[in-house]
Amino acid sequence: INHIVHNGGLYKRPFNEAFEETPMLVAVLTYVGYGVLTLFGYLRDFMRQWKIEKCQNATEREEQKDFVPLYQDFENFYNRNLYMRIRDSWNRPICSVPGAKVDMMERVSHDYNWTFTYTGRVIKDIINMGSYNYLGFAQKAGPCQEAAAKVLSQYGAGVCSTRQEMGNLDKHEELEKLVARFLGVESAMAYGMGFATNSMNIPALVGKGCLILSDELNHASLVLGARLSGATIRIFKHNNMQSLEKLLKDAIVHGQPRTRRPWKKILILVEGIYSMEGSIVRLPEVIALKKKYKSYLYLDEAHSIGALGPSGRGVVEYFGLSPEDVDVMMGTFTKSFGAAGGYIGGKKELIDYLRTYSHSAAYATSMSPPVVEQIITSVKCIMGEDGTTIGRARVQQLAENTRYFRRRLKEMGFIIYGNEDSPVVPLMLYMPAKIGAFGREMLKRNIGVVVVGFPATPIIESRARFCLSAAHTKEMLDTALKEINEVGDLLQLKYSRRRLVPLLDRPFDETTYEETED
Amino acid sequence: MDVKRVKDYLYWLYYQYQLVTCSYVLEPWEQSMFHTITVTVLAMVVYTAYVFVPIHVRLALQFFSQIFGAQPEGTV
Repeated sequence: INHIVHNGGLYKRPFNEAFEETPMLVAVLTYVGYGVLTLFGYLRDFMRQWKIEKCQNATEREEQKDFVPLYQDFENFYNRNLYMRIRDSWNRPICSVPGAKVDMMERVSHDYNWTFTYTGRVIKDIINMGSYNYLGFAQKAGPCQEAAAKVLSQYGAGVCSTRQEMGNLDKHEELEKLVARFLGVESAMAYGMGFATNSMNIPALVGKGCLILSDELNHASLVLGARLSGATIRIFKHNNMQSLEKLLKDAIVHGQPRTRRPWKKILILVEGIYSMEGSIVRLPEVIALKKKYKSYLYLDEAHSIGALGPSGRGVVEYFGLSPEDVDVMMGTFTKSFGAAGGYIGGKKELIDYLRTYSHSAAYATSMSPPVVEQIITSVKCIMGEDGTTIGRARVQQLAENTRYFRRRLKEMGFIIYGNEDSPVVPLMLYMPAKIGAFGREMLKRNIGVVVVGFPATPIIESRARFCLSAAHTKEMLDTALKEINEVGDLLQLKYSRRRLVPLLDRPFDETTYEETED
Repeated sequence: MDVKRVKDYLYWLYYQYQLVTCSYVLEPWEQSMFHTITVTVLAMVVYTAYVFVPIHVRLALQFFSQIFGAQPEGTV
């Protein structure tokens, strides 16, 4: 097995990550398929333009026809000619809490997905492989729900004010102390929205004259925050430590572009688990690089908090590192805690600075009290402080589910991306017709999956993404695997040639980082 | 029973062709147009192969045998 990286002792456990290459024939056929769809797209656009066919998508008004065109770029072309044809796999209306099983409204379309009508039937007990419900806290009954209901009657539903003005409740302070204790940092601050946590706090931390080194596949919130800050942004290849080291060396040696002055700050933006690839960041190497080149690390644990690590404390615990090495630990409460919002944890001076200077603290409404109580109860449950072992059992169940599911899918012969331990499992589909077909066939067999296509992934690498949960029992996983096997045979999705591809970067050895010391 | 299995297999092959060339997502009239064009192009390729390939193969064999055949004749 040659894709376990040997590294001179930075990793305490094997790091198995694989991204099997696209088979050549499949890539060619995918392009052929997209070519056919593009030609038919041009034909339909021509017919819509010359009024042979009724135009059902958004267009400019007659008076605006001579202005700068709004809908001529590739994204809009893709939207009305390709996305519309398979649109019934997305935005499906549900009518129960999205836990391990979910109820869905059945809908049909008589004009090829431009409009939908409900048949009135409710499809019950669909196995939900699409929700970010890693520890199974998306429930409508249980200790979290009871505590949240009590707080709702005590504090009300909304706060209607910002943290700095009148919206700072004792519940928020309790939550922040608890989150800081959970993560092992000195202090933490919570915000109402995960996206806003990234996009509003990165501008408060860095500004012009600073350098941001951001991973290729970072989330839109990190990209937006980096761009809003006004700092210089440089991108390194996904999870590639040689690329990151080269950028760091260039930054230190050459400094700012014209004036050659040293950078005021260098901030490395990475995520714990990348949700489209299922890969885990190489945190020990990033921390070693950060210490060597004296830069700062911003770790976005949106998907990994609660999901990795023997007690659910995230990717830092998974690798056995100390949380003090990460300067800014950010995460969200949406995925593993069944609530909404985000947090930032770090040293006390940093969090006190953010309490004053963050855009979110000054202008955004603070978190609603029942949501805060849901987070407090779920964090206490994971830590084991509510007196039960439910939290621990859930974390272990998730790890078992992950390993079992990934192993079975690989044995069946599908191409699965990502790390062996990540609960996000992308299964490659490649061809555009198979995206729609996979979603529909799985729904016929009572399993709800998320299929992802062009704007979120590169154009030929479309995939189906399974999100495992501690609430999935082994029977549910077995049913799901059986159906996936059937659909895989029906649609011919088993592309894997079972060659273990070595990771593209060369194996790390410690001498890489000690070159300049003598 | 065998007829049904053969018919199912042929339908499955048609389904694979639809998935690979993305005619699965097209509306029925677009599918008819696409199938017509594909069948026409395929028919033209088969006709061209049938008419021209034997003649070209025979000419090529003649050409190469002339080259290799001419050598011993020259040395004699």
